[in-house]
Amino acid sequence: MELFLYTALFAPLAGSLFAGIFGASPKNIITGLVTSSLIFLSFVSSLFLFVHLYNGGEIVHVEMMDWIMAGDLSVPFGFVVDNVSSTMMLVVTLVSTVVHIYSMGYMEHDKGFNRFFSYLSAFVFSMMVLVMSDNFLGLFIGWEGVGLCSWLLIGFWYHKESATWAANEAFIMNRIADLGMLIGIFLIYWNFGSLQYDEVFSQVAETDTTILTWIGIFLFIGAMGKSAQFPLHTWLADAMEGPTPVSALIHAATMVTAGVYLVIRANELYSLIPEVGYFIASLGAFVAFFAATMALVNRDIKRVIAYSTLSQLGYMFVAGGLGAYWIALFHLATHAFFKALLFLGAGNVMHAMDDELNIMKMGGMRKVMGWTAILMIVASLALAGIYPFAGFFSKDKILEVAFDSNHYILWGVLWVTAGLTAFYSFRVVMLVFFGKERYKDFGFHPHEAHKFMLWAMSPLAVLAIIAGFFEHQFYNFVTGVLPHYNFSEEIHHVVGQLILVTTGIALTGIGIAVFSNMYREGVFSTVLQNNFIYRFLDNQWYIPKIYDEVFAKPYIELSTLLWNRVDVKIVDATVDGIAKFLHTTGEKTRGMQSGNLSHMLRWVVAGFTLLLVLAVVYTYYSI
Amino acid sequence: MITLEDYIVLATLLFMIGLYGVIVRTNLLMLFFATEIMLNSVNIALVAISNYYEDLTGQMFAFFIIAIAASEVAIGLGLLILWYKRHGNIDLNTLKSMKG
Repeated sequence: MELFLYTALFAPLAGSLFAGIFGASPKNIITGLVTSSLIFLSFVSSLFLFVHLYNGGEIVHVEMMDWIMAGDLSVPFGFVVDNVSSTMMLVVTLVSTVVHIYSMGYMEHDKGFNRFFSYLSAFVFSMMVLVMSDNFLGLFIGWEGVGLCSWLLIGFWYHKESATWAANEAFIMNRIADLGMLIGIFLIYWNFGSLQYDEVFSQVAETDTTILTWIGIFLFIGAMGKSAQFPLHTWLADAMEGPTPVSALIHAATMVTAGVYLVIRANELYSLIPEVGYFIASLGAFVAFFAATMALVNRDIKRVIAYSTLSQLGYMFVAGGLGAYWIALFHLATHAFFKALLFLGAGNVMHAMDDELNIMKMGGMRKVMGWTAILMIVASLALAGIYPFAGFFSKDKILEVAFDSNHYILWGVLWVTAGLTAFYSFRVVMLVFFGKERYKDFGFHPHEAHKFMLWAMSPLAVLAIIAGFFEHQFYNFVTGVLPHYNFSEEIHHVVGQLILVTTGIALTGIGIAVFSNMYREGVFSTVLQNNFIYRFLDNQWYIPKIYDEVFAKPYIELSTLLWNRVDVKIVDATVDGIAKFLHTTGEKTRGMQSGNLSHMLRWVVAGFTLLLVLAVVYTYYSI
Repeated sequence: MITLEDYIVLATLLFMIGLYGVIVRTNLLMLFFATEIMLNSVNIALVAISNYYEDLTGQMFAFFIIAIAASEVAIGLGLLILWYKRHGNIDLNTLKSMKG
């Protein structure tokens, strides 16, 4: 089993290094093929491990080597494959394989083809380290690794000003959160004397709740950054500057769910501090609603999907916060499938439209790209939570949990959000694939994507349809490690009504989107677009503006002040003074260098005499 | 009786004379003479002190200096003759290629 573990972990790294060798050379299809097959190999190994565990096998736990040994601190380089991490591994490698194959078509005309695959595989490796590590420090290394790869990939087209800006924004936002995470890890080490999951979690029950609360809060700050929760959410929408396969893999299916994974992983800790859990759930519900409202009005196809990712992450945090860890993980998995599918579909559309993102310039495209339309409709139905698609099962469970634990406000917010989700998903579908063919007015000639790209997407489509039916098996599997969530008796009586009202609002959302688009092109009328609420949402609740005013501008002013006052007048002046002194001394004494041997000899004698005098004086005084 | 001090005084005087020559002379040949005087003043001092302490190391050192000085002068004079053949003088003030 260890062999499978190491293969799953290091195959992506090997692929990344291989592609990295050709990083600067022109496109070479071999890099794409090699990295894809290595990722596929990793997927197969993960599958083997998954099957091994599913059949009741032992948890695989290896210590590869000692890593940090300093005083009392002992952190081995260890990996664990248990029910949670093997689920994550399977999701990560599956989506990665699909995205790698898809990227061979998507990036076919790009100059940085080899570099792209190198980064992408490096990302998969970091993600595997993150999910497989058996201690918090290894998780943190993976955490930083995915952050780095995300930075590299968002800024992949580095000649674009906006791309580099977005990459830096994502990186800096994550740094802020990572500080919180680091403090959490320090606190863990300080209180438990170890960073190994099993050692820490075996001690949490006897530990003071105040300390646990602080640890929980700081770790969650880290999770907020990675999973782009309010108020650190702005980077995710801007991260859409990167190539679309990157958005599908990193900013939908895997990296952004790392925060949820952290909460699930630390469930022993969080289940002891329900107040923090409640805070997480409330924030999650707020973000779910908040992001969904922004998605309602956005005209950028990728941004709408990014906001919906944000919103779905909110759902996962509600489940995680309320103690239904397995449901959070379930939604994480189903979401990874349908959201990656949605993004890759959006990638096909973008490719066909010469990288045009504005959905108002599309329309009626089902006639030219029928398969993409079908795939995206499947993904949107799953996202909207319509039976029998995967999203229905996982999202409904989250709503049940909220209702069951008597958090009716959370339930209400999520219920409304479910309607909004359905509406905005189908607004996009309607505007892109149905209605008048507006793209003709703008001179676009869309075409369907390569056959192999569509085939690559098909496993995701299948999973987006059927994954929900494995709910029971999934529950049995992950609860081997995760705690059960006990639904109360009463919930069984109302569960039917709950499903009915949720499906009802989702169908209403879809209906409104479909009919308003039929009735009027563009869904929203001009009168509505001048409405205050519309503008409020269109400007993302004015949050980027507020950040700009509150943080960026004062910071620039402070920096300018320090630059003009401190840097120029003190630091620079000192350094310049030293340089000027040396320069003038040189200017003044260059007369010595007359080239005349006689003069030089005289200087030699003078110097010699001076040294002699000094030596004599020194000897005299030191005696 | 000639004491150690006398030798040291003689050596110092010779050294000063040599040093003076090094400073003021511009004729290269004279410069060589001045350097030789300085070297030999040191030799005198070494031998005298070596005799005083009855330790042969100083005298050995003097031999070394004589040998090295001889080879140094041989090379120096060779270069000097070459220079004279090229430029027709051996005035130090004409050697200015090192001017900074």
